[in-house]
Amino acid sequence: MSSAGVVSARPSSQGLRRAGLVAGALAAVALVALFVGARYGLMLAIGLGFGITLEGLRFGFAGPWRAMILRREPAGVLAQLLAIALVSVVAIPLLGTHPGELSGAQAPIGWAMIGGAFVFGAAMQVVLGCGSGTLVNAGSGNPVGLLALPFFAIGSFAGAYGLVWWTSLGALPVLTLRGSFGLGVTLAALALVAGLFWALGKPGTRRLQTRYVVAALLLAALGIGNLLVAGQPWGVVYGLGLWAAKGATAMGADLSGSAFWSAPGSVERLQSSLLTDYTSLTDLGLIAGAFGVAAWRKGGLSQPLPRYPARAWIATIIAGLLLGYSSRLAFGCNVGAFFSGISTGSLHGWVWFAAAFAGAFVGIRIRPLVGLEART
Amino acid sequence: MTRRFTATLMGLGLAALLAFDLTTTPPNPYKAPAAVAFGSGQASAGGFCGALPN
Repeated sequence: MSSAGVVSARPSSQGLRRAGLVAGALAAVALVALFVGARYGLMLAIGLGFGITLEGLRFGFAGPWRAMILRREPAGVLAQLLAIALVSVVAIPLLGTHPGELSGAQAPIGWAMIGGAFVFGAAMQVVLGCGSGTLVNAGSGNPVGLLALPFFAIGSFAGAYGLVWWTSLGALPVLTLRGSFGLGVTLAALALVAGLFWALGKPGTRRLQTRYVVAALLLAALGIGNLLVAGQPWGVVYGLGLWAAKGATAMGADLSGSAFWSAPGSVERLQSSLLTDYTSLTDLGLIAGAFGVAAWRKGGLSQPLPRYPARAWIATIIAGLLLGYSSRLAFGCNVGAFFSGISTGSLHGWVWFAAAFAGAFVGIRIRPLVGLEART
Repeated sequence: MTRRFTATLMGLGLAALLAFDLTTTPPNPYKAPAAVAFGSGQASAGGFCGALPN
């Protein structure tokens, strides 16, 4: 074969691979829609969209927080706030006009919730992956994300197991910003926080890059789609806990001692397919979408795996467990509490943000100590 | 070793999870809700990380 023949074969094999990825994604959505239900197929498609957006545009939550704290680069956090604002403009009015049909990410503020958010913020900086980030990292072949993910699921299951006890330590009633007033307060608060980050940012790093704007627009569109199709906002950790709970019951575990897992709604979901659980479907889509982007990119899966000391892997396991456990106590992760909580008017989302951001300072200090990066 | 190996492990893990799920709790498409919750008149009933047990 001539060298010209070899060169021309490469683009065609790449084209075939990419065509296969698109066909595989469409087939998965169609099969779920056909054999499980149209709504579930749509939810898988939305999850794929989240994964493609986050991995394709290299956007996330943990990384921008780290950039702000370490280098005073606010653009990523500003894009997160922009996405939240866009969702809130649609979500808060719709929740008022369609109560029951649509529900928000509304949860009580309490001691365990605040502590859980702080721990989550620290743990997500240790592994540099939040709720969505761990799924995206695992899907794109990041070994830290891959190892953290099963322990994240186990932690989420365990956190939910004791959630009622933790909440009984002290919690306020659910406080929600509703209607035009609630939307106005939410947008004003988002603008205030964005202004604060902008002012604290280093000059020359404040401008939103195009990819951040595109990511914010796509995340907002997908977040609104999630709310309209599922009737509830985008979440991550419930699904992961459900996976572990189903595994535990299959191995003979008795969950009747848990007020959470023995509640009628939980029992029903334990006896149903994961393909009928909205957060499971978007979680699966996040992983698959990130994999698709990594496989699509030239050399995306050819990157050599990093070498870490043993303590880094042990820290990853512990951080994974803490991510799962703490996010249940906190009534959500960066997605369920921060993104969806604030955008649907829940005050717990704001408290979650403050506590988790404070925790991120601690996690950033722990990460080099456990060998997950060179000491600075 | 490259990311191809870890991504393959992830894929195998998901395949195992789905195989386990579909054999133990097969879905029934005839019980599926309306395609879109908004405008369906049906109450939202999915599990969510922000919700207390129901």
